[in-house]
Parts: sequence; C-alpha cells; structure tokens
Amino acid sequence: MSEDLSNVPKPDELMRIDHKPPRKGWMDVPVDFKPGTYSYTAKAKNLKILGMPNPREWSPTDEDWKLPENWEEIVREGFKDRLDKYRSFQLFMDICVRCGACADKCHFFIGSGDPKNMPVLRAELMRSVYRKEFTTSGKIFGKLAGARELTVDVIKEWFYYFYQCTECRRCSVFCPYGIDTAEITMMGRELLHLLGCGINWAMEPVANCFRTGNHLGIQPHGFKDTLEFFADDIEDLTGIKINVPLNKKGAEILFVVPSGDYFGDPGTYTCMGYMMLFHELGLNYTWSTYASEGGNFGLFTSHEMIKRLNAKIYAEAKRLGVKWILGGECGHMWRVMHQYMDTMNGPADFLEVPTSPITGTRFENAKSTKMVHITEFTSDLMKHNKLRLDPGRNDNLIVTYHDSCNPARAMGLIEEPRYVIRNVCNHFHEMPENTIKEQTFCCGGGAGLGNDENMEMRLRGGFPRGNAVRYVQEKYGVNRLACVCAIDRATLVPVCDYWAPGVAVTGVHEMVANALLMKGEKERTTNLRGEPLPGKEEVEDE
Amino acid sequence: MGLWFSLFTVVILVLLVFMGVGVVGLNSLFGILIPYAALLIFLVGVVYRVGKWTKAPVPFRIPTTCGQQKSHPWIKANNFESPSNTFGVLVRMALEVLLFRSLFRNTRAELRADGPRVVYGGTKWLWLAGLAFHWSFLLILIRHLRFFTEPIPFFVNLVASMDGLFEIGVPTLYVTDIIILLAVTYLFLRRVVIPQIRYISLAADYFPLFLILGVALSGVLMRHFYKVDIYKVKELATGLFSFHPLVPEGIGLAFYIHLFLVSTLLAYFPFSKLMHMGGVFLSPTRNLANNNRMRRHVNPWNYPVKVHTYEEYEDEFREKMKAVGLPVEKE
Repeated sequence: MSEDLSNVPKPDELMRIDHKPPRKGWMDVPVDFKPGTYSYTAKAKNLKILGMPNPREWSPTDEDWKLPENWEEIVREGFKDRLDKYRSFQLFMDICVRCGACADKCHFFIGSGDPKNMPVLRAELMRSVYRKEFTTSGKIFGKLAGARELTVDVIKEWFYYFYQCTECRRCSVFCPYGIDTAEITMMGRELLHLLGCGINWAMEPVANCFRTGNHLGIQPHGFKDTLEFFADDIEDLTGIKINVPLNKKGAEILFVVPSGDYFGDPGTYTCMGYMMLFHELGLNYTWSTYASEGGNFGLFTSHEMIKRLNAKIYAEAKRLGVKWILGGECGHMWRVMHQYMDTMNGPADFLEVPTSPITGTRFENAKSTKMVHITEFTSDLMKHNKLRLDPGRNDNLIVTYHDSCNPARAMGLIEEPRYVIRNVCNHFHEMPENTIKEQTFCCGGGAGLGNDENMEMRLRGGFPRGNAVRYVQEKYGVNRLACVCAIDRATLVPVCDYWAPGVAVTGVHEMVANALLMKGEKERTTNLRGEPLPGKEEVEDE
Repeated sequence: MGLWFSLFTVVILVLLVFMGVGVVGLNSLFGILIPYAALLIFLVGVVYRVGKWTKAPVPFRIPTTCGQQKSHPWIKANNFESPSNTFGVLVRMALEVLLFRSLFRNTRAELRADGPRVVYGGTKWLWLAGLAFHWSFLLILIRHLRFFTEPIPFFVNLVASMDGLFEIGVPTLYVTDIIILLAVTYLFLRRVVIPQIRYISLAADYFPLFLILGVALSGVLMRHFYKVDIYKVKELATGLFSFHPLVPEGIGLAFYIHLFLVSTLLAYFPFSKLMHMGGVFLSPTRNLANNNRMRRHVNPWNYPVKVHTYEEYEDEFREKMKAVGLPVEKE
C-alpha cells in the first residue's frame, strides 16, 4: 500500500515550525480545522449498528455540530460518572503540577509545534472544565484558577486534540506521577461519543467488527478465500501445500491476529509467515472467522466498546474447545489482551495454562489470561532449537526494530521480538536509545488516526520515528524496519517513504518465514515479497 | 496574570501580619487561632482528598511498563521498571517517591533545520532542582521538630547538626536553607524563562512557589538578621501542641510573618496541586504490578454489555459458510 503523499509539503517545508507558543493565552486560541490534520466524522449508519447516541451526518468544519439539546448536562453527568468510576481519571485531573517534563515527549508536539499537543495542555483542555464544574476554587476564581466554561468551542477543541493523540503513553513514562494522557484521551473520547462525535476511521471498523468479526467487514467465506490464497502463494514459493484450519473444533490453540495482517501488504507477508511456521511445527491450531480480529478499535472508542468487541475471543475459544489462545503481531490488540481482556471478559477458567506442544514450556506469565504473544511463543522455540533457520536468506536486509507503543509501554515486551529477529537475520542495528524500548516513538497513526485525510498530521507525528529510522539508514545502511504491529505495518510505510525513503516495513514473522527451512521445500529463489534471495539475483534475472 | 496575582497575594499576606500584629496587636489571632485553624483545614482537607481518591475504584490494572516484562526464565526481567510482584512495586514506588525516577529520565528534544532532524539531549536540571527542593524541605521540617518536642529526639538533633556541618556564622548557616532558596528560585525562573512552561503556568503554579519562598526567606531572616527570641518561639509552639496555647510577649514580627505564611501554606495545601504529595502514591500507572496475565484483576463495577454472539453471527452468514465448507453449529 503506498499512499499519495503529493498533497503534503516537502519535509523541510513541513518542519518550518516554531515550538514557541503564541503570545495569546491558550484559552483564547480557537481551534482551526485545517485539512490534512483531522479525521472525518463517524457516519450515522455505523453509530446506528452499535446503538450509539446522536447518529447524524456532519463535519467538524460545520458551524453547527447538531449536538443533542441537553449536551451540557450529558457531558457534566458523563464526566462525573467517570470521575466516580476511575481513580486514574480523578487523580490525573487533580495532581498535575505542570512541571512540563511531558511537553516535548509527544510526537505530535515535536512534529507540529502546536502547544495544545503538549500532553500537559491536552489534559488541561479537560482539567479546565473539571475545575469549573467540580472544584470550589474553579467556581470562585474562574480563569485565574485555570477554569473555564464548557462551551461548544471547548467540545470542538476536544474533538480536534483528543483525535490528535495516539494514546501511545510515551509522556506517562516521563511524568513524575505517571499521569497517562492515554487515560485522559480515552475519557475525552468517551464524553465526545456521548454527544455522537466520533471519527469514521475508528467507528466503521468498530461497527464492522461487531457484526462480521473483523474491522474490515470481511465475511466468513471471504476470510477463507484470503487465507487459501496465501496458501497458494506459499505453495508457489516453497512447493509445500499447507492447511488452513478454520473454525476447527477440538484444536489445541485458537490463533487470533489483527485483520491488517490478512488485508494488505506488507502485513500479508507476516500472515503467510505465521502459516508457514505453524505448518512446519505441525501445530494443532485453528483460525476463527467469528474471532477474525484480535485488534480492537473499541480501545479508541470507549471502555464499554473494548469489552463488547473483545467478548468474542473467549466466547470463541470456549465454543471451539481449545486449550489456549495465541495472538499475532499487533500493538493495541496486545494492550487489550494484556491489560483488559481478563478483567472485562474473564475469568478464562475453561482454558488451560498455555503450554507449548513443541517445547513443553508452560507460559506461567499467561497462566490467568491464557493468551500468549507470538514472539513469546517463537522465541521459546528458538531457544530450544526447534526451528531450522537460515538467517542468510535475510542477508539482503539491514534491519532495525521499532518497538510498538503498547507492547513496549503496556506489556514490557521488549527482548522477545529482538531475540527472534537476531535469530533470523545477520544485520540488526538499534535506533538511538531515546527512540526505542520504553521510550519508543509512535508511528503517528495509532488510535484510529491512520486515515488518509489526516495524512499531514500523521507525517508530523511520524517525524520523530522517521527521523530515527533515517539516522540508522545513514549510519548502517538500514533498509528494513521491523515491527510487531499491524497498524505500524500500514502507517510506517508512508512515514518511511516521506522521512526515510528506501526503508521498507516488515513484520517479524515475515522474516522468520523467510529464514525458516521447511521440510520438503523446493529451493527458494525469492523471499515472501518476491525479492531475490541473496545469491539468487542472477537466477531471477534469467 | 497568574504570576503577578500570586506575587501580589503573598505581599498582601505579609502586609496583613504587619497590620495585624505590628499595628493592631492581634498576637493571639496570628499566634494561636490562625495556626490552629490552618492545621485543622490541612488535616481534614488532606484526609478528605485522599479519602475521595481511594474511594474511587481502580477498574483496570494499567501500569506503564518501563522495562522488560517477566516472561521466559532466560530473559532477564526488569522488576523495578516493570515489576511483576509486590516487592518490585515497592521498589519502583520508592525510587519514584524518594529519587524521582521518572523525572530523571527527562530529555530535551531539539529541532535542527538541517535535514530537518530532531535530537534528544539529557536534561537533569528539573530533576535536580525538584529533588533538592523536596529533600531540603523535608529536612527543614524535621529540624523544626525541635520546637515542638522536649526532650528533642536524637534524629532531629542529628539532622540539625549535619545540616549545619559547615559552621559558617553564628547562628550556624543551614545548608538546606541555601539549597531550598536556590531550588525554589530555579523552579520559578524556569517557569518564567522557558516559553512553553510559561504558557502552561497558572496562578496555582506561581502562588505556592512564592509562598514557599516567603516561608523560607522569613525563616532565614529571623534566624540571621531580625533575630527572634527562640525560647519564646518554643514556648508558643509547645503550648500549641499541648493544647495550652499562650502567646509570650516580644517574639518579634518576623516570626509572625513566618508563622502566617506557613499557616497559609497548610490551609491552601488540600485545595491545591500540592496534593501531588498524596497522589503520587495512588497513581495506577506506577503502583500496580505488571502481572496482568498472571493474576486476574477484578473490576468492581464490571457490567454486562451488548455483544454480538456467535449464534447471531452464524444466523447471518450460515448459507455463505456452508457454501464454502465452513463447519456450522446449526445445519
């Protein structure tokens, strides 16, 4: 997938920005919906499918947003309700000292210079209303106490800036109180949804996922076709015919991936990678058409929606009678699986503690949730020498690794993917330490913002990541950016095309499959994406 | 606006003492009633605020992980940055509260026109000044216990003698006094000088700085310049704490200024961002273990939601599923 970047100014022009805030106080600067920096609104049909309030057709640039009659009351009550339900929210409204340590940690602030993209100010957009509505000092001292009235303009501002946050949690790493802007953005979006103000690039996937099982709205027969098509491609490449177990009762493992992996390049190569690996292992597993989405755009909508979409994972595991669940490469999906699934839809007492049928390893770290990350699974195989690998097949790749936000900062999945990468390629270089692991930078298109209409803002937000990629490109000749996230595999492509042209994006299991020596395979001349293997270039040319 | 308002307020507070004690002679009001009231507001207020926070449930376990999780035995887990057990959480919290671990990570992003590119430099000044400020405040507070206790506990004397180690001047100059003045000044200056920080600063940010600066300055002034009768101060302090309050004559105005600013700080505390002192212990991104998949976290208000069941799904797609040979529950 390569997006059209012709409408976006050139990099040096785009970065002609000033990080100095304007003279005018932020409360007096109205929001400006500039094309290229916001997402289109949720279509009425999608909200209706989900039974969400105030479905209508509207645009952020409209003067009248057609809010419900009593919208102020709705926001006030929704706010109060969430303060009572979430200690995090109450605390994060109260304890910020505005030290500013978070200010330049946000990729959107670095790339746009807009002061309201400083995490502290993003939160103040909400705190100012909190003070006015819920604190005595705010009621008495008003603006002096940092309080302001709840107006339609405030709602417009919230919409713009809470959809200019990718909930990546980088700022919360640096905050002395661990204030997490993702938490605040999630609350802001929940309140906006009470008024019917959402974005379509999040709500269409949610509506699709609710009905068809996956964000893309692919129906069961289409899903089967897609996977079988991949199996044909794999046969062409390796000469091996592989099975595609679907909705198979009594399988040992239910395998769940983000739909991005079977929808578009380069995610599809990663998907083929999983299939080749499982075939080689002789794994007794199954895909599910009903649980054909591990990703969960509910996370970008509301806590209730996370639960509504996530429920199918355990339900399907139960219906199929599997022992445990294995999850593919995806970022936000793993925040949901790791931090929310068990609490929301557990306990999964009908499953068993995940145990690798190949190595016998019991995954004690997943003994309650019963779901294992694919790089935890594969690294264990490699540690026990269960795979025959030829990393030389990836010698045309000079690889760096992008930690996806959620696996890094909501899971601590840092060394597992690196271990896998080091086993399947010979040229691996880290990006600078301020840009990886827990300090990793977002791709700029997470949390529902990876749409085309928002491209300028995505590229701005992708600047710190793209900048770090270019650094290793210039220093080590890096030409491949590996990641374990389906959104990354879609959004980092334009980020690299724009900031570090010449670097392509790959999933980790695409590289695994390229290096994997399969029993009975014919001699491969290309890798999964049809690039000639090292030493086979001439064969290709003939 | 916030800056001048805050400065003006603190000046007014000082003038109030000049008027109240210096001119009108309301020594009991400023020496007994106001301190009592302030302390009461402080205690009730802090308990109320912390109580309100703890009453709110923690529906999800959402630690921000800053290090390797515990997974395979052969991958070294970072139990202090991504703790998987209570011990790790305690260490993480101790590092946060005592050493400001997160602030120590601070970097500064700088945009360079060539490229364009962005570079990150370490910046430890905020961390250093913050740490210096909080620790000297604590030590000064401990030193002050000698005014309320008889006999004076050994650790109070120990802190005082270490604090005055350099033995400069009579009475000895305390190192913490110098440090707190420098640190507060730095914290104020960065708020004014750094454009982004000035942009986000509210009166609620300047006011406590000026107030604390006033407390520290009045303390230093009455120790070294406008000397007050220390025995009478102790008489007042012990009187207050034994609930037999009395106001000795002739303590000196500087003391009343000091006491009034401290009282203001105490009374202001529960209504302000200074509550971060209590809040830092409760932050769910820091004080929870990253053991999510090992131990189930229970949400007390977890409620049933509308889901799309497999049956509904199959009802919609049954014919299509059968046509491509996908197994179905109902034929």
